[in-house]
Amino acid sequence: MSTKTPHTTNTVLSVHNLSKRIGKREIVKNITFDVQKGEIFGFLGPNGAGKTTTIRMLVGLIRPTAGRVMIGGYPLHQRFLDAIRHVGCIVENPELYPYLTGRENLEHFARMQPDIPPERILEVTQLVELEERIDDPVKTYSLGMRQRLGIAQALLGNPQLLILDEPTNGLDPAGIRDMRRFIRRLSEEQGISVFISSHILHEVQLICDRVAIIHEGEIIRTGPVHQLLEGDAPVQWRLEPADRGFEKIRSLPYVTAAEMLPNGAVRTHIPEDRIADANRHLIEAGIRVEGIQRKQATLEDVFLQMTGGSDDD
Amino acid sequence: MIDWVPLVYNELLKMAKKKRLLVVLLIVAVLIPVFTYAQYRTVQNTMEQLGTSDWRAVVQQQIIDNQNRLSSSRIPKEWKEFIQINIQQLQYYLDHDINPNAPGAPTFVRRFVEQAIALFLPLLVVVVASDIVSSEHSGGTIKLLLTRPVRRWKILWSKYLALILVVSLIVTATALLSYLISGLIFGYKGWDMPVITGFQEKNGELITTNVHLIPQWQYILMAYGLAWFTCVAVATLSFMVSVLVRSTAASMGIMMAALISGSLLVQLAPSWTTLKYLAFTNLQLTDYLSGTPTMIEGMSLPFSLAVLGVWSLIALAIAFIVFQRRDVMG
Repeated sequence: MSTKTPHTTNTVLSVHNLSKRIGKREIVKNITFDVQKGEIFGFLGPNGAGKTTTIRMLVGLIRPTAGRVMIGGYPLHQRFLDAIRHVGCIVENPELYPYLTGRENLEHFARMQPDIPPERILEVTQLVELEERIDDPVKTYSLGMRQRLGIAQALLGNPQLLILDEPTNGLDPAGIRDMRRFIRRLSEEQGISVFISSHILHEVQLICDRVAIIHEGEIIRTGPVHQLLEGDAPVQWRLEPADRGFEKIRSLPYVTAAEMLPNGAVRTHIPEDRIADANRHLIEAGIRVEGIQRKQATLEDVFLQMTGGSDDD
Repeated sequence: MIDWVPLVYNELLKMAKKKRLLVVLLIVAVLIPVFTYAQYRTVQNTMEQLGTSDWRAVVQQQIIDNQNRLSSSRIPKEWKEFIQINIQQLQYYLDHDINPNAPGAPTFVRRFVEQAIALFLPLLVVVVASDIVSSEHSGGTIKLLLTRPVRRWKILWSKYLALILVVSLIVTATALLSYLISGLIFGYKGWDMPVITGFQEKNGELITTNVHLIPQWQYILMAYGLAWFTCVAVATLSFMVSVLVRSTAASMGIMMAALISGSLLVQLAPSWTTLKYLAFTNLQLTDYLSGTPTMIEGMSLPFSLAVLGVWSLIALAIAFIVFQRRDVMG
């Protein structure tokens, strides 16, 4: 999927120079990206980076100050009904009417769009595996069940694009695994494009084909997810003596973002195939290498890397 | 394109399931017996004061008093007409064996709406109207509602239509319940009893030239029509507040404060004539039917209807403009 070249006919969501300013503060600055058919697109950024504001602009809840959103070939703000018909979304929490049952909620939203046959409600219920509890009031549902009902609601109108805002927030590990599997299935079996926002790098790596990273309202990188961190996984070293080892490893040209951790370990970013070289250099310099450990990269690591790595903070 | 019916149905479904409407109807069902009993006590009291249980004798005496006044030459002509109508009404009581102090259920229905129109009914309306939009904000469901392929103004309009239907239901239910419940004590007769109406006010004087008798059922229909108009105006104002304020509690508080200050202000400062341009000082529309003088000078039925109408239209316009344009933030 990730190798697919962008074709305009295959572009489900196209965002061009989108900006939002509230008062003097620019919350989203000139962001541009495309989401292709059947693609799972990650929208990665720390909390407060402008992810939710962007999503709200994608679904027409907020008017952008500038820029354009095209969904299924229709400009969202000029042809809202044609564009939004192709979208199912959960913005922030899956908030449905707690005093209605799951089925009543689905029927309520089915009445708001044309041509949804009654069978479709059963279909989406089965798809999210909620048949047993569908006639219970939503206020008795667990968060995971609400999340699933929210997705069922989003799928009602056979959307081309599913927009999910932090879909694994608040779920337990099993729930997160199920959600991941489910989103994969939607994209593979039904060809639905999925746009997922997240602040957890690991999650995006596991599920997305491509990713855009947003930081302080700007997209700082867009690309296939496997390229994002190529050879860049952080490696943690135990060196003796630590300070001399730190100086040495920092001087190596292929090491980026070296930092001394409070526990005395040294954390670096280094291409995988250079770990052995670095090890040799350290030993030649008379430094004992007591441990080399590959770590899971976090969003901070990516930022560190992208901002040059030698920030002092 | 989406038809209106499913959208309005959605709104009615939510209101019904939220149980707010049920609570309002329960309040009516619980309070009407209390009011009925209060009315019953008053009737008992009057009878005791009159010192006689023979109401026919009392009515007969009233007719004689009135006839004596008619024969006096010092009474102006229009007063004479009024007194004649009064005599007609009293004569009707005698002819049809109606004790005017012990009225039937229709009289209770009429008196109840005359008392409830300014505060009781509007308060009930506020309870259902003030959360109709704000609850979608506080529940977060507004984000789903506005990301479906339906125009924003259509969603708001379907909410407004549903609200008007519910207000009509409340007014009708009040009439029905007050008839059914009070009838248990007062009996269910009295629809044809004559009631005086047609008073007009000009330059602070009550003009009685158009005063006439109409059957009570006709009077009740008019009174409830006016009550409906009052309730729709209050509902429309609450509707606007509900759009502007995200919290249901705040929106209900604002409306209740406004309603109560409206009725307080008129009593506190009847000479402050600007007050008559406020919506909440014009709610007592049935006063124009019964001829109760208004507290503030220069008010009439067309004037009050116009004031309420203008306020409602402005409120609707604000509600729609704001709802259509506003960014839905977190």
